[in-house]
Amino acid sequence: MLEITTTRANHLVDPSLHVWAWQIPVYLFLGGLVAGMMMIHGWFTFADRHRRAESVSQLLPALGLVLLSAGMGALFLDLEHKLFVWRLYTTFQITSPMSWGAWILIAVYPALFAALLLRVPEPLATRVPVLRAWSAALLADPARVRFVAAANMTLGALLGVYTGILLSTLGARPLWNSALLGPLFLASGLSSAAALVHMVARDGAESELLARADNRLLTAELAILGLFLIGLVTAPRVHQQAAALLLGGPFTAFFWVGVVGLGIAVPLFVQTLAVGRRVRHTAVAPVLVLAGGLLLRFVFVYAGQVSHYGPF
Amino acid sequence: MARFGMVVDTARCVGCMDCVVACKTENRLPEGLCRDWITTESRGQFPDVQLEIRSERCNHCDHPPCVTCCPTGASHVEDYGKTVQITAELCIGCKACLASCPYDARSIHPEGYADKCTFCMHRVKDGLLPACVAVCPTRCLHFGDLDDPNSDVSRLLASRRSHVLTPEAGTGPRVFFLT
Repeated sequence: MLEITTTRANHLVDPSLHVWAWQIPVYLFLGGLVAGMMMIHGWFTFADRHRRAESVSQLLPALGLVLLSAGMGALFLDLEHKLFVWRLYTTFQITSPMSWGAWILIAVYPALFAALLLRVPEPLATRVPVLRAWSAALLADPARVRFVAAANMTLGALLGVYTGILLSTLGARPLWNSALLGPLFLASGLSSAAALVHMVARDGAESELLARADNRLLTAELAILGLFLIGLVTAPRVHQQAAALLLGGPFTAFFWVGVVGLGIAVPLFVQTLAVGRRVRHTAVAPVLVLAGGLLLRFVFVYAGQVSHYGPF
Repeated sequence: MARFGMVVDTARCVGCMDCVVACKTENRLPEGLCRDWITTESRGQFPDVQLEIRSERCNHCDHPPCVTCCPTGASHVEDYGKTVQITAELCIGCKACLASCPYDARSIHPEGYADKCTFCMHRVKDGLLPACVAVCPTRCLHFGDLDDPNSDVSRLLASRRSHVLTPEAGTGPRVFFLT
């Protein structure tokens, strides 16, 4: 028998860690989604799709700026010492993923803005005419266009991976302490972005292209999740206890039914049928992918905080 | 350069919580927040039962994850005594340090910044002992330089069996418990 009692009852720490609520999963989801959108936009730009009037390329940067700002807003709401947020930008801490993330986010905004200039949405160009001149200057040189595309793809990948690394470097929480979390969140962000683009694209060919890409990404996500769980259950005791949270513990239903079942397996099945022309494309699969991506962050953020070393 | 640490003699500790009260008083901690606390651990089956009472706090680790994850440098290792300290004016309250600590030794002060045991460096710099050590009625708490073989803490660790909390986390904790 082992019985431990403590007199400590600190806010956000006891009886178990609960420092991060809805704001962080929402931020991680929106950050991953925008990362995926940036990578898709870069891909489409290299393929010269940004010149096509019907291409979803013209929508992605503007939507990305809005969604990323919403994510940053959620992140700001989470801070406990809000008036000191500017301190993030008075230093660069090389060992801190959060510091890396803060500076990556600073670089992401101009990259998205440059991507926006590749094809300025008409309502925006009407209101801010100078954007047309900037856009023309950018499009005049193909090397600049390629640079914008490469910058968006690179920063998108960094942003997507960072959302996972942010958690995985916090070694005190065994559920998060896996190098697979970065690739997992990147795959999930790309998959969510592909689902969103598939849903909003007006060009049928683009929509089809993204549905096919999403199927591969969902398959990759399933594979990474499998490897992640194998890694946990074959690791030392604290990691096995962390895995138990998803394998019979309190987060099991959310993880298997919500994330794996409704968020990955069902949309993968439906989209595979749709791509094979056996059923029509509908919004069902992409909506499930987006909801699953959000739930994945909620499950990981909440379950990770419950997992811990100890008793000590 | 000194490397401060603490030794808790669990054979003497009675869990009276004087250390907790002294810390709260000395550091003017708000209601509902403590930087040190008492943990009671009982193991075994009657009549083969072991009881350990521990006064616990931040372990001022040799490899503090709270410092490496801090995005602003608010959490840092102070040159004097190599203790882990927080500069409130640099802290944004992101709580990454709380999540990174395997001992859950940190909390958020009502004013928004991360808070934890400082080993009472303001007293130590004046030649005094940390408040918890100074008031302990059973003299179970010892504080000093772990790198000085003649210090009180070094001699106790050399002469008695001891353990640290969660050594498998690999953080190199500097609060030792004599058994």
